Amino acid sequence: MQILGLYNYWVFVALLMIGFYAVIAKDNLIKKLIGLSIFQAAVFLLYISMDKVEGGTAPIIQPGAVDQIYSNPLPQVLILTAIVVGISTTALGLAIVVRIKEAYDTIEESEAAAMDREA
Amino acid sequence: MTILFAVFLLTMLVITAIAIVRTPDLFAAVMLLGIFSLLMAANFFVLDAADVALTEAAVGAGISTVLFLGALALTAARERSSLAPPRLALVVVLITAATVVYATFDKPALGDPNAPVHQHVAPWYLEQTPVLIGIPNVVTAVLGSFRGYDTLGEVFVVFAAAIGVLFVLSGDRPLSAVFRPKDAPSTGGLKHHLIPRIVGKLLIPFILLFGFYVQFHGEYGPGGGFQAGAIIAAAVILYAVLEGEDRALVALPEPVLKGLVAGGALLYTAVGLVCMLLGGNFLEYSVLSADAVFGQQLGIILIEAGVGVAVTGVLLCIFHAFAARDNPA
Repeated sequence: MQILGLYNYWVFVALLMIGFYAVIAKDNLIKKLIGLSIFQAAVFLLYISMDKVEGGTAPIIQPGAVDQIYSNPLPQVLILTAIVVGISTTALGLAIVVRIKEAYDTIEESEAAAMDREA
Repeated sequence: MTILFAVFLLTMLVITAIAIVRTPDLFAAVMLLGIFSLLMAANFFVLDAADVALTEAAVGAGISTVLFLGALALTAARERSSLAPPRLALVVVLITAATVVYATFDKPALGDPNAPVHQHVAPWYLEQTPVLIGIPNVVTAVLGSFRGYDTLGEVFVVFAAAIGVLFVLSGDRPLSAVFRPKDAPSTGGLKHHLIPRIVGKLLIPFILLFGFYVQFHGEYGPGGGFQAGAIIAAAVILYAVLEGEDRALVALPEPVLKGLVAGGALLYTAVGLVCMLLGGNFLEYSVLSADAVFGQQLGIILIEAGVGVAVTGVLLCIFHAFAARDNPA
């Protein structure tokens, strides 16, 4: 069980690195934003993994329940708001990509950079 | 049994993420990202985070897919095939991965009740929520009251992002024209696709009803303004996709949408200021009523309404700004 106890964190690392790879290695700007979304989701998973308490349940107080263990509400609050903020910032990124496409007629970073050098 | 299910879900997440990054077809990548979000929501649910799972399902699998598709329609559906595999990037990623995996060996095992994260303020929140606020959902209590400043900040970040998207996408046009297509008449949505249209329209009232339930039941069960805002926005976006954006703008005109964005943020701030006028601190809801516990509940209901209104407005503004942009192709 000790091995599986860290499995969540390894999946977090795997997702974080897949997202990180997409951000630094991919040339396509939309792919970079998708990578950033995966990176962000990995951080969400890290926080939510930390909130779990063995034998616990969702932190909604049940009247009359004696000695009920509840999971930690704090990481949930932080991530709840972060998800909505995340989609808003991703939308801002996508809006900028749309404008780049209109200005350069490409969404590949290297092609746009080459045009900038020529100009 | 649960642990097998959790391991399966986590492994699926990694497989989906690899598929997303590998496919050169951006349309497939966006669809897979929707599946990824749904799997992530299932994982959150297994980890006892019902509120977060609800948000991730509504935002990640619903709204985010629509926004990415909107951006794809305006840019390109395929990634240009890369010339050489970027070895340097792979080396950097592997070294970072090894470092972070090494760090995880110091982390307490999943579910360890003695982990440091469970020792600080969390037990206090769980003990004091029934006494000070008197609502069952501790997540809502922490979000609305104990950490109300934080949530106000998040609402303003969302607000600022919406303003940013509107400015960036309005470009050379005046800001008031950002929801109006420049010349092309509206495509009229899926008017000629009978089955999606009929089935979709049947779903809309139930999605809206569920959205309002999530909004107003957020104190007792999983839910609240962030989730409800995303669900209600999803229902309106579904209507816009089925009937055309111009019809959706008749139902919820542009001034109303912008009013929702500003009004939600203003309502939240106004509650804080009223608390100050009544002699309390900013966002100290206890002074709103003679009974401190009722004051807290009143404050939380009001700010959750503000959050819900602001999130609905922001997501719809962003959607319409993308939808009205002309397709260059």
